[in-house]
Amino acid sequence: MYVAVKGGARAIANAHAWLDAARRGDRDVPELGTDQIREQLALAVDRVMAEGSLYDPDLAALALKQARGDTIEAVFLIRAYRTTLPRFGVTLPVQTDKMDLSRRISATYKDAPGGQVLGPTFDYTHRLLDFGLAAGREVPPARQADTALDPAPHILSHLGGEGLMQAEPEGAGAVPDLTRDPLEFPAERALRLQALARGDEGFLLSLAYSTQRGYGRNHAFVGELRIGTVRVSAQLPELGFDIEFAEIVLTECESVNQFQGSKTEPAQFTRGYGLVFGQSERKAISMALVDRALRAEEMGEDVSGAPAQDAEFVLSHCDNIQSSGFLEHIKLPHYVDFQAELELVRKMRRAAGADAVPDAAE
Amino acid sequence: MTDQAYNFAYLDEATKRMLRRALLKAVAIPGYQVPFSSREMPMPYGWGTGGVQVTAACLVPEDTLKVIDQGADDTTNAVSIRSFFEKVAGVATTEATAEASVIQTRHRIPETPLHAGQILVFQVPIPEPLRFLEPRETETRVMHALEDYGLMQVRLYEDIARHGEIARAYAYPVKVEGRYVMDPSPIPKFDNPKLNMSPALQLFGAGRECRIYALPPFTRVESLDFEDYPFTPSKAAGQDCAICGASGSYLDEVITDDAGGRMFVCSDTDYCATRVQEASA
Amino acid sequence: MDGLTPGFDHPATDAARAFRMVLDAMAHPGRIVTLDGPVAPAPCSQAACVALLTLADATTPLHLAGAHDCGPLRDWVAFHLGAPLVGPEDATFALGTWDALGPPAAYRQGTPDYSDRSATLIVEVPALSAHGTRLTGPGIETAAHLSVPDPDALRGNAARFPLGLDFLFTSGAQLAALPRTTKLGDG
Repeated sequence: MYVAVKGGARAIANAHAWLDAARRGDRDVPELGTDQIREQLALAVDRVMAEGSLYDPDLAALALKQARGDTIEAVFLIRAYRTTLPRFGVTLPVQTDKMDLSRRISATYKDAPGGQVLGPTFDYTHRLLDFGLAAGREVPPARQADTALDPAPHILSHLGGEGLMQAEPEGAGAVPDLTRDPLEFPAERALRLQALARGDEGFLLSLAYSTQRGYGRNHAFVGELRIGTVRVSAQLPELGFDIEFAEIVLTECESVNQFQGSKTEPAQFTRGYGLVFGQSERKAISMALVDRALRAEEMGEDVSGAPAQDAEFVLSHCDNIQSSGFLEHIKLPHYVDFQAELELVRKMRRAAGADAVPDAAE
Repeated sequence: MTDQAYNFAYLDEATKRMLRRALLKAVAIPGYQVPFSSREMPMPYGWGTGGVQVTAACLVPEDTLKVIDQGADDTTNAVSIRSFFEKVAGVATTEATAEASVIQTRHRIPETPLHAGQILVFQVPIPEPLRFLEPRETETRVMHALEDYGLMQVRLYEDIARHGEIARAYAYPVKVEGRYVMDPSPIPKFDNPKLNMSPALQLFGAGRECRIYALPPFTRVESLDFEDYPFTPSKAAGQDCAICGASGSYLDEVITDDAGGRMFVCSDTDYCATRVQEASA
Repeated sequence: MDGLTPGFDHPATDAARAFRMVLDAMAHPGRIVTLDGPVAPAPCSQAACVALLTLADATTPLHLAGAHDCGPLRDWVAFHLGAPLVGPEDATFALGTWDALGPPAAYRQGTPDYSDRSATLIVEVPALSAHGTRLTGPGIETAAHLSVPDPDALRGNAARFPLGLDFLFTSGAQLAALPRTTKLGDG
């Protein structure tokens, strides 16, 4: 006699107990502290904050620990937590030109006011495994300048002064919020940028790369890439003044792209924009290139049907919590639908005179 | 016991108000997909977040909740969602269809006819019935606005030309009150007739796609078909349930050995168990 | 802001129970349900008060019509809902008597691609009874009857389906709903 499978609840509880044990790993190895993750896996923490849309390095470190280092799972934990938080208000726009810089480079000028600052970069490291790190080599402290860098103006502002860089219109009215309103098309640029800022780094990287290879090519240079700390402030109407309440690290990229000009506008350069929580320059550059690609239509460029130029395609698929959830849901039982397909295929085969599958159930 | 760290039914009150407004509009425009600002839930998109949000917006402490997946109460995701609501809403739960006031389901409509006052909440992966004909929301929205369902008719007729019948076994599109074409969620088309003129309120939630839609009780729901190729619900041909002997229920095929042996059993576990119980009483 | 009446005792569960009653009413046009709960300043009925506490907030512009557009009710709205007060053309919800609310055409009817973006009118009526105009359509097995103001105007609204307004009729603690799908007969 066939007995249907039972005991889903116990199976789930057992699986989760196993997960907890697997997360801990070999108990002879000291347990990882979230402070260690925050300090020593800082770029993973930054990515979780960026795609989780929540600036909190301690929570991101906890999420990474809980997720066993699975970035997207950690992002998911942060998103699910974020959505339960109350909203106190909206901050004032951050002033990235007042940023305390830790890195600032331009590919379009050899030098510029404020200088080129390499900062803590992987660039020009030789990618040779450092076995000294495995052996616990002591890292000597880095030499520090006596004074902090002065805030530096955006490099593209020098072009703007000459009229060579297209000016960005002031935003009109309230910034849309895709966490409070369902996505709607056409999506204005502020909404697109919001979606890209929390979008999956790998997806945006591939799209940006595709534009470089000709699928919506727009000739991008990195006009400026800057990483540093900005102050966050808000207006408190009850108090009648602005109050600074936090400092956050941001990565900002402005790309310089060509624009042929039109009958009404002389040729000038245009801009793609990327802004990301933490130190995430691959993401910021990717975002700038995709942002610029999504402006193809407004620039009157030949829209060739390249994926990166298609706002509905990009915005509907850039969120890794949506995409991974839906992708992985096909693990769930689908046997009812499969049974329906099975019957349909059998019926169609019978109708087509195909040999019936030998019916061993009889 | 409700987990005190969270609000009743998990969601904050502003989110519930947003959902409740969307639900009322959905009921007022049967079959029309109302956009809503879906929240990230503590389970993944694609795993019932839309259904969970709709259920959370509807639940009252006095409710008795039933959760099924594939017709079964003890499939893992059904177990997981049921325990979520036990924890965050403290509601009673049941496996008995007749005793439930709210039923959340994935892929099935229970065999036991629903009664007035019950709410059936469907988890929906892709709410747009035209999505597989036209991937762009900007296009499909216009097609609904203009009641332009020609593309769907053409596609279904192509099926008939190629296969001799409409090659859709589940998520078979329906027309609601003669106006909106609607995706009934991936229920087998065997279940489609149960949608029509049901005394229960049927609510559909698609979390990732941010859409809610509804069928009020006693609403006309017709499966799309052609005069010369009328719609036929289908199930495993000529089989009865090997456990309870039911002939009119939807059956799962179970492979019993590696020599091609198989058997057919009810997908609705409560229906099957109740029949076995009644037979032995 | 003196004399402000309280809101829900238990916001989460009180609102949940009230919503189920409103949902029940909307799913069964003509069915009269009772909404227990707090009261707002006159002339707002208890049912309208509970419906607003359940559904309206700072994201839903509200139009107060006629006698309902009074100081105490405005204060109550500001304190309990935070809903911006607007004219008919911008309202998500509107509250008043049928005459004060004015012609339905003044309110948002939805658009062909977003037919849900229409106003919901909370119409205060002297009494509600299951006699009067014959109602048929989704939510109604055979026929229902409801005392409604101005059946002609409501017929006109139904004729605009899938566009159109949805109505909640309130009187005392009682509420009945009339979505745009309901067809109105004679009498």
